[in-house]
Amino acid sequence: MIYLELLWGFLRVGLFSFGGAYAAIPLIRDVVLEYGWMEEEMVTYMIAVSESTPGPLMVNMATYVGAEKGGVLGALIATAAVALPAFIIIIAVTALMAKVMGNKYVQATLDGIKASVIGIILAVGAWLIINNLGLAPVISTSSAGAPQIGILSEAIDIRAIIVTAILAALYIGLNRFLKKKKKKTISPILLIVMAAAMGVVVYGVI
Amino acid sequence: MNILLDLFLTFAKIGLFTFGGGYAMISVIEDNCVEKKKWITHDDMMNITVIAESTPGPVAINCATFVGYKQKGVIGAIVATLGVVLPSFVIIFLIAKVLDNFLENKWIAAAFRGIKLAVGVLILDVALRMIKQLGKKPLPIILMTVSALAMMTINVLALQFSSIIIMLMCGAVGLIAYLIYGRKKDKVMDADCSYDITHGVESSVSATDAGEAGERK
Repeated sequence: MIYLELLWGFLRVGLFSFGGAYAAIPLIRDVVLEYGWMEEEMVTYMIAVSESTPGPLMVNMATYVGAEKGGVLGALIATAAVALPAFIIIIAVTALMAKVMGNKYVQATLDGIKASVIGIILAVGAWLIINNLGLAPVISTSSAGAPQIGILSEAIDIRAIIVTAILAALYIGLNRFLKKKKKKTISPILLIVMAAAMGVVVYGVI
Repeated sequence: MNILLDLFLTFAKIGLFTFGGGYAMISVIEDNCVEKKKWITHDDMMNITVIAESTPGPVAINCATFVGYKQKGVIGAIVATLGVVLPSFVIIFLIAKVLDNFLENKWIAAAFRGIKLAVGVLILDVALRMIKQLGKKPLPIILMTVSALAMMTINVLALQFSSIIIMLMCGAVGLIAYLIYGRKKDKVMDADCSYDITHGVESSVSATDAGEAGERK
């Protein structure tokens, strides 16, 4: 039955997707193809939709698959299933946290993980920006057979570079200044709204 | 305002305006739950980020459950989680059922290209602010740098290597360093070191520091 399949399929996704949404994409892809819920091409489109709409990526993908395969009830079941493991685990961890966090060995381990998480977030942010601007290095094999790393000059997106520079100046630069002066800063939500407007101007109008 | 209603509405707003997954969401959650509502502290936010990364499931669900639970127990957790899920549920449901070829609309596609640029900036900003909180201890800075370089290499070479493995290795290094250097210092410190999770960063002063203290003796 489709509802049971959705429940079981997305419980597995929710339970095994460590390290955030980008780890979950291959997992969801496997589950969707395994049950034959969608064609490969449809999966790619669904991932694009989930990435460009607000909300957690995994929840978006679960809702999408559920809606396609089982209507409202299917969407509800798939969404609940993908969220449930995280919900239960976090309640358990939070309830135990005061006790566990006091343990010095746990604390030392968490400090190591914490530093690592910061480094990973830094790399993910930098990589996303590099990709957005079309500056990602491409590995190709030259005629002599030696691998080369280079940037494709035709991939460079000048408009993206300008918009990103403005956004970064506002959010990282101006906000630091406003905060020092104890004035109201630009919120992340406002930044997203401004970016959408700039996108419409830069990519739509021009 | 009723706290449950407040939780629901705040997380619905968070759910509505977070694009691009968990890392971008951290800055929106921090802005709303730490700066504006003061439901949790910066250190709580750092702890839940670490926990969210090392437990399965969407980071947004992890954070919503955590904040809701801290405010109002299980019922608060349920309300906050429902809030963060509801907007995207409605939007995706409409897209899946009603709006075919939604991404092919020129204006929507243009707006989303802009939003994607903002997501990059938001994530970079979160990282920069967290680096500031790391302090000047050598070990965390080394672990942070190595992790960033490792992750960059994985991205550039498109390797199939989960970031969770890097995190676990760094956790192991933290623990080993503590076992080697850290415990000497604790004997002196224990008297006034009643634990406080909000001071996690300071109270477990990094191992190298403790090592230096040992040498000075």
